[in-house]
Parts: sequence; structure tokens; C-alpha cells
Amino acid sequence: MSAVFSCVTPRSAVCAHLDPHDRFSPALRVTGKRAGLVFPLLIQGSSGLFFCFISISPQLCGVVGLEIHAQIHSNSKLFSSSRVTFYSPPNSSVAFLDASLPGTLPVLNKRCVEAAVITGLAFNCTINRKSLFDRKHYFYADMPAGYQITQQRLPIAVNGLLNYSYLGGKKRGQVMSRRVRIKQIQLEQDSGKSLHDEQNSQTLIDLNRAGVGLMELVMEADMSCGDEAAAAVRELQLILQALDTCQGNMSEGQLRVDANVSVHRPGEPLGVRTEVKNINSARFVARAIDYEIQRQIKVLESGGTVVNETRAFDNKSGTTVSMRDKEGLQDYRFMPEPNLPPLFVYEGVASVPAGVDPAQVVLIDRLEAELPELPGVRRARLVEQYRILPEHSFTLVNEDGLVDYFERVIQNAKAEPRKVIGWVMQELLSNLHQQGLKNLHVHQWPMTLSAVFQEMWKTPEKTVRQLVKELDLGLVSDQEQLLKICQRVVDTHPEQVKAGNKKVLNKLMGAVQKETKGRADPVQVKALLEKMTS
Amino acid sequence: MLGTTIREVSLALREGRLSATELCKKCLKRIKKTHYLNSFITVTEELAMKQAQEAEHRLLRGKPHGPLDGVPFSVKDNFCTENIETTCASHMLKGYCPPFNATVVQKLLDQGAVLVGKTNLDEFAMGSGSTDSVFGPARNPWSYTSSYREQSPEQDPDSDWVITGGSSGGSAAAVASLSSFMALGSDTGGSTRNPGSLCGVVALKPTYGLLSRHGLIPLVNSMDVPGIITRSVQDAATVLGVLQGRDEKDSTTVQFPNLATSLPEDFDIRDICVGIPKEYHAPGLSAETLTQWGRVASMFERAGAKVREVSLPHTQHSIVCYHVLCCAEVASNMARFDGLEYGHRSAVESSTEALYATTRHEGFNHVVRTRILSGNYFLLKQNYDRYFVKAQQIRRLIAEDFRRVFQSGVDVLLTPTTLSDAARYSDFIQEDNRTRSAQEDIFTQPVNMAGLPAVSVPTALSSRGLPLGLQLIGQSFQDMKMLTVAYWMEQQLGFPIIRFHDAAERNTDERDQGEECKLRS
Repeated sequence: MSAVFSCVTPRSAVCAHLDPHDRFSPALRVTGKRAGLVFPLLIQGSSGLFFCFISISPQLCGVVGLEIHAQIHSNSKLFSSSRVTFYSPPNSSVAFLDASLPGTLPVLNKRCVEAAVITGLAFNCTINRKSLFDRKHYFYADMPAGYQITQQRLPIAVNGLLNYSYLGGKKRGQVMSRRVRIKQIQLEQDSGKSLHDEQNSQTLIDLNRAGVGLMELVMEADMSCGDEAAAAVRELQLILQALDTCQGNMSEGQLRVDANVSVHRPGEPLGVRTEVKNINSARFVARAIDYEIQRQIKVLESGGTVVNETRAFDNKSGTTVSMRDKEGLQDYRFMPEPNLPPLFVYEGVASVPAGVDPAQVVLIDRLEAELPELPGVRRARLVEQYRILPEHSFTLVNEDGLVDYFERVIQNAKAEPRKVIGWVMQELLSNLHQQGLKNLHVHQWPMTLSAVFQEMWKTPEKTVRQLVKELDLGLVSDQEQLLKICQRVVDTHPEQVKAGNKKVLNKLMGAVQKETKGRADPVQVKALLEKMTS
Repeated sequence: MLGTTIREVSLALREGRLSATELCKKCLKRIKKTHYLNSFITVTEELAMKQAQEAEHRLLRGKPHGPLDGVPFSVKDNFCTENIETTCASHMLKGYCPPFNATVVQKLLDQGAVLVGKTNLDEFAMGSGSTDSVFGPARNPWSYTSSYREQSPEQDPDSDWVITGGSSGGSAAAVASLSSFMALGSDTGGSTRNPGSLCGVVALKPTYGLLSRHGLIPLVNSMDVPGIITRSVQDAATVLGVLQGRDEKDSTTVQFPNLATSLPEDFDIRDICVGIPKEYHAPGLSAETLTQWGRVASMFERAGAKVREVSLPHTQHSIVCYHVLCCAEVASNMARFDGLEYGHRSAVESSTEALYATTRHEGFNHVVRTRILSGNYFLLKQNYDRYFVKAQQIRRLIAEDFRRVFQSGVDVLLTPTTLSDAARYSDFIQEDNRTRSAQEDIFTQPVNMAGLPAVSVPTALSSRGLPLGLQLIGQSFQDMKMLTVAYWMEQQLGFPIIRFHDAAERNTDERDQGEECKLRS
């Protein structure tokens, strides 16, 4: 057995992986083997570590495992033909099976199986050629059948790895590389949603989400602090988005993270763990876990014991609170799902048995051939191709659309990548963040920017301001001019204005920027459009 | 005309000797007249007449859909029927109208068959007597025949009557009492064959996976199959030909290429090897049933078929094993009945948990509740390996027994269907449902464990004037071959048509009497 511990303060903790039997060994096997993997030594100063080795009673440190539910990006649900929709009226996308009408039977959605296989392949999992479905029983109002169909005994993918990195160390300026083992990926049904109407003491049930396909990814307790867990989640999110097997929006519940947290002294058995739920952003993953580690340490240090329980993260107070449920007493009474024969996936056409239509089955080699460039590979390529710093490659890949943007600027301006990256990293991003814009929806910008860069190349003596003026690329911020443009856009998109949600606003903003060749002041445009559509 | 077979009535319809509406009316009248049998929960009179009219149009134009066009049928009330109440004979589903048809029901309707009603059963098909229905017990039509009544003339027919067997008792009674030409039952441990045997009709349990279960409200998903009840083996084959085949709505149905759709013509009984399982000489087997079993075995032998004794050593464990698997799946399947989406909903709404608990307590009878409780116990983490896993292992051994016997060259097995003829209701209810199910399913139940086809063929009348049946068990997906042997057997046996006792039949319409009691040709 080996141990994982983090010492001193949890946020900036130095994390090392040790074989407990080597605790007093002078060899300091700090690159100790863990499940056959060699972990790099990532230690800033040796003082903390040294302390650990000579201490009779080393510091308590955190052990973190994650269970992640990723909603599969598919047109229809896992076992029924009803559409997977967001923002549709309550109970408008409910097949007879989703409402558990007696006599209905589950029929497996091929797309969902493919999504799970693609995801498994991206994490180097072993894809089980045969997997099984089970029923997990519990009474809950938004689970109409009284059980969830899941894969408890034999999941579709097992034994994978997720490599991830984060900026840590002194001043958070160093790329820390880690890997976490993925125990399994299982297919299962999502539940519906309960809405509690406290005033009338009623619970209202919306079954639109009931039966949507989920991939549950179980990550081993290979992490030791919030930063690691948050970085692992972020990387997972990027990979799923690149694969298009999950849209990955945590605030919309497309990606849901539960953390299993315990503390122990390195070399000693693992402590009692708690499960932290209700974490709906990567940032909160770090905060919830670090809070929970500290809380458990305090409990133990003051002579108390940690209770095995489910706790909810409250993002307002930044604390976790006991959910006081009977989770510990719950017996799910697992049983094989008798209405679904074993799920077989095949290596390739050649391995499909006679009498089975190859068009009806999932072929691993075909899916493998279609795997897109994954974030890790992409970063390596950016570093290699443009000679940028690894940490810059992270920022590029982590921001939605930024790599494309960066590459287009370079292509069009034929500029020195390292100059462009500096500008992108500092000017562009800080401006974007200041303006509160999350994504680069304004596709005209790279062209504008390229033009400026190109001119700068030719006439280095001119200032950017001069160039912008000469090329008529300046920001359009004249209120009246903008008002006219916005009105025109609103008038020409009546359908979208009617629907009136945030996404629509982004679309309209895009249209405005198209008209102005990306020169409209986004803050003003946003305010104007909001007024016009509300 | 009502006493004829599908084959004959279909011909009469096509030749214009009989109109579909006239036939439908007769069946509906017959249902009313035999109301005391309690075989129907719902009679779909209006819809039936509408369907019959449509069939008549097609027949008049000489363009019938097939051999079932215009033929009246009934359906066990655990199959979903679109906009027609489907109760499972339970308070839980009283008033529930499904929004879709079960695949097997839809297939019959597509063939132009005329649905006359939904039949009585034990609540959620849990039982072997059709006595545990929220609508009261079904009565065996043979209780009102001359052959039975003459044995006990002084007894009051209202108290002295025999059970139909179950759980598809209503369906068997509907076919036996000439209210329908065919009926759908369901068979999980013998629920089609048992009442088929006790009511003197042909009762087929097809191979698991041959017929769709979509729309059949489940008892044990891994053993349930829709059953077919008719008055002749030919008819059962015809209906099987219509119903069999893969359904994309049921993932456990099998695509089977070159599946026969009717009885093969070239058949020689001398090519058949009949196995007699020695373990089926069970305690409690009546002398009369044993005699019939021996008689039919010799009949095969005399005709030149090979008859030999075989062994199915694990059969004895079947009932206890079935009990565990059945309860476990019942506990799971019944979890959906919580009063939220459909069905009975308790007035107690102090909390969601209280609503669940009272809804389920009020909605299910004692038998269902007991099985749910046992099933949940078997599935508990600490019990799972000792009960559920062990039962599954034994199930595999039972299936293996059959496989080995068939591999040794046996084509069909010949066994009794039930221990004896039908019990009197007053005697039957002396024991509880659990005990009765364990006794009554003994010969039929191992077949469901193995997923094999089996058919109960009416064999003879007992000394009490009640039907006795024998069962043939076939190889997987060799349903038609098995039916061919059954057909041969039926031809040799000459089982009598039902003859109602005048005094027993209340509200008798004199005009129809002669016609209804006409002998089957």
C-alpha cells in the first residue's frame, strides 16, 4: 500500500507520493511507485518533507477521490426515444418508459454506448467487450421506476488514466503534472428533477431529465487537495468537450462532481470518508475539498471522529454541511436488469459474429480512428509548433475558442507566435475578463487584429493607435450609431428575440459584431441588446 | 357455431356463411350469459362491435387481413390495451387506461381479430387458482357441465364449483365457455398451462424470446412469456405464427431466421422420441393423472414413436429456486407503483414517504405485499449471495438438465400439467397462496426456468367429470415441432367438447342452446 499526503496548508500544499514502508529509509523513494506508475517528484523545498520523515506522528493530509456524472450529449435518452432537451416545458419530453408506465421495456441507445466507448478510449481504458446492466433500487419521487438502471457488476470501461496538470508551486508559476486512475466508466440513467414548493408543501416533478444517459466516471482516491481535484475535473471537462460526448457545462448540471474526502497520516490506513455533493463549478471543487480536509483535520485534532456521511457544499459560505440523510443505511438491493441482454461491443467488423448486422453494433476500431485531437496532445503540439511556454499552452487550450483564435491570428498576420501569445495572454485575456465576456464569440476579431499586426510588422515606427485610425478599425462606441445597428439586428431576428434567453443574446451580439466587423464596444452592445429584448 | 375452432369459423366467415358482426354479437351474448363465471373484468362491447363491422367490410370485399380477421378474442387483464382499463386484478391499477397496446395485442388487432374483453386473474398474476383477484375468483366452466353436475346432483351450484386454475384463469374460462375463440394469457411458472389443463383447453407457452413482452405488465421478466389459449392445437399454431418474431421494443426477443409459421405437413410420429422424466412422478400426483400419463405414453409407443425414461435431477429444487427469483423480481418490478404517475393514490399526503407507504399498502393485496417483502430480503447485500445468486446457479443447472436430455436425442418430453383435476374452491382456499403455488406449479415451473416451449393438451375427463391435461415440453425455438406432436396427440385423444348442464346455466337463452353445445368437428 502506498500513501498520498499533502502537508502544511492545503491550497498551496506540496504533494508527494510515498511508499509508507520507506518512511525511514534514506533512499527517499519519493518517486515511489503507485500502481505501476512513477510519479514525478514535485517538491519545492525539502523542509516540509523532511519534517514528515523524522516525525513520529506525521501531519494529517487529505485523500480525495471523485465520482463524476457526465450527461451524454445525444439526441435521445439512454433507453427511450424521447428527446434530450434543455429549457423545454416541464414533462414535455417524457416517453412511456421515462414515466415507468407498467409494461414498458428499456431499449438501449447506440449513440450513448458509442459515447461511453469513445470516452473510455480517450482515457486509455480497457473497453469491456461484454458489459451488464443492473437495477439500483431506492424510492425517490423523481425516479419513477423505483430503481435506476446502471452498470454495477460489469461496466463498459475500466482501468483508465487521466493525465492533468495545474499551476502550483511558488507563486503558482510552475506546471505540476499529475495522473489519476480512472476505475471505471459506467452507463446509467439520469433522474428527473424535483421542485419543492414550500408554500403549498408540495413537490413538483419534472421528468424531462429522467432517463437521459449518464456516464459515471469513478476516479480513484489519487488526489490529495482541492487544486488537484479541480485541475482533474477541468481536464476531464475539456476532454469530454473535445470528444463531444458531453457538453460539460457544470452550472447546467451536465457535469456533476461528488468528492470523497478523508484524511489520514501517511502510512496509516485511510480515514473515514465523507461524500461532498452539490459542487457546481471547478472552482468550488477546490474550495469544497480544501474546506472539508481542514474540517476533518480539525475534528481529529480536537479528539473527535469523522462521521461517514454525505455533506453538501454551500458556495455562499464556502463550507460543507451535513445532509443528515440515511445514506449509510441505504441498501440499494442491486439486481441484474432482466430486460436487457448483455451489451457486446466489437473490436472491428471481423469480430462481429455471423447473424449480427455490423451496422447495428458498436465497433471500437471505427470509433478509435475518429478520435479528435485531445487537449494534452494539442498543448504539446502548440508548444512544439509555436515554441510557446507550456503554461501558455494551458491557457490557450483551457479557454473555449482561444486556440482557434490564436492560430488564425498567426496565420493571417504571419506574425511571430511568441509575440502574439504575449499579447493574447496579457492584453486580450485580461480585457475579456474585465468585460465579463466568457467566450470569444466575436469571430471577426482575429481578422482585425491580424491586420494591425501585419501593419506593425511593416511600419514598426507607427503606434497601434495610429494604425487603427488609418485602417478604420477603431472601436465603435458612439451610442447613437450602436443603437441603430442594434435595433436593425433585433428587427431582423424576431424569432430569436422572442425566445429571449442568454444564448440568444450572445447570438444577437454576434450579429452586431458582424455588421461592425467586430468593432462595436461589446459592453455597450450587451447593455443595449439586453434592454431591447427584455 | 361458437363451439367451433378458429380454422372452421374463419372459413365460415370467408365463405359468407357467417357474418363477423353476428359472430361478435353471439360471443358478447355468451359472455353475458356466463357472467357468473367471473371470467371477464372488462367487456369491450362497443369497440368489439366496431371492430367486427370493419372486419365484415373486409370480408365482404373478399379482402380479409388473414386467418384471424373477424375472430373474437380476449386478453388477460395484465396486457396493456390502449384506452381500455388494464387492472392486473388489483386495486392498485383500478381505472388505469394505458396509452398503448401490448405488441401481441396490437398484432392480433392488426390481423383484424375482434377484442371482446379483458379477463380475470390472480392479482398481478401471482397465484395458481385465479382466486386472489380484487374482482373475486373466476369459476371453472366445467363446474356447470352435465359431466360434473351429474356426479353431485344435490349440491348447490353456487357453492359447489371448481377453480379455473391460474393465474390466467379468466382467459382459460373464456375459451372453455365458448365466449372467445382464443385468449392471451401469461405464463411465468405455469400460469397459462395450469388453467388450460384444468379448463380443458389447449394452452401454449412459447419459447422465451419468441414473443414480445412489450406491454405485458411483468411478474418475473426473465421468465414471463405471453401464452396462447385456444380450443385446438391447429389454432394455437395459427396464433403463434401471427404473434412470433422479433420486436424492437423488447430487447429480449430473438430474430430467428426461417421460423416455421404453421404446422409442418410431413410428419411421421415414428421419427419422434418422447422422453418421460422420472422425477415427475411427484408426491401428490393423482392416480387418474398418472393413469392418463401412462396411457398416452403407451399410445405414442404403439404408434411407433420411441419412448424412454429420462432424468432431470435438479427439477426438485425448481420451486424453491423460483420462489427466490420470483420474489426478487417482483420486489423490483412493483417499486414503480407509488401513486405518483398513475394508479391508486392514497389520500394520506402528510409526507412523500407516508404517501408511498399507504398507497402501496392499500393498493396491493396480501400476496403481493408478502412477495415484495421477501424479495427485498433476498436482495439485501448480506443475503444476495446466499439467495439470489444461489437460485440463479440452480436455475442454470435446471436448464442444463433439459439441454442434456434434448441433446441425447429426445424431441419432446411428456409430463402431467397438474397434479390432478380442478379443486373445489372451498377446498382450494384452505391453503394459502404460497403453498398452493408451490404445489400447483411443480410440473410447469421448471420449463420457465429454462425458457423452453411447452403446451398443455386436454387429455380426458376425470371420474369427477373434470378435464385432465398432459404437457409436452419442446426444445428452444422448436415450438412448431412440439405442436405437431401435440396435434397428433389431440387427434388420438378425442377430448369431448364442453356440454353445459341445463339446470346449472342460468338465464339460458333457449334459442341458442342447441348451437352453443354443438360438438366440435
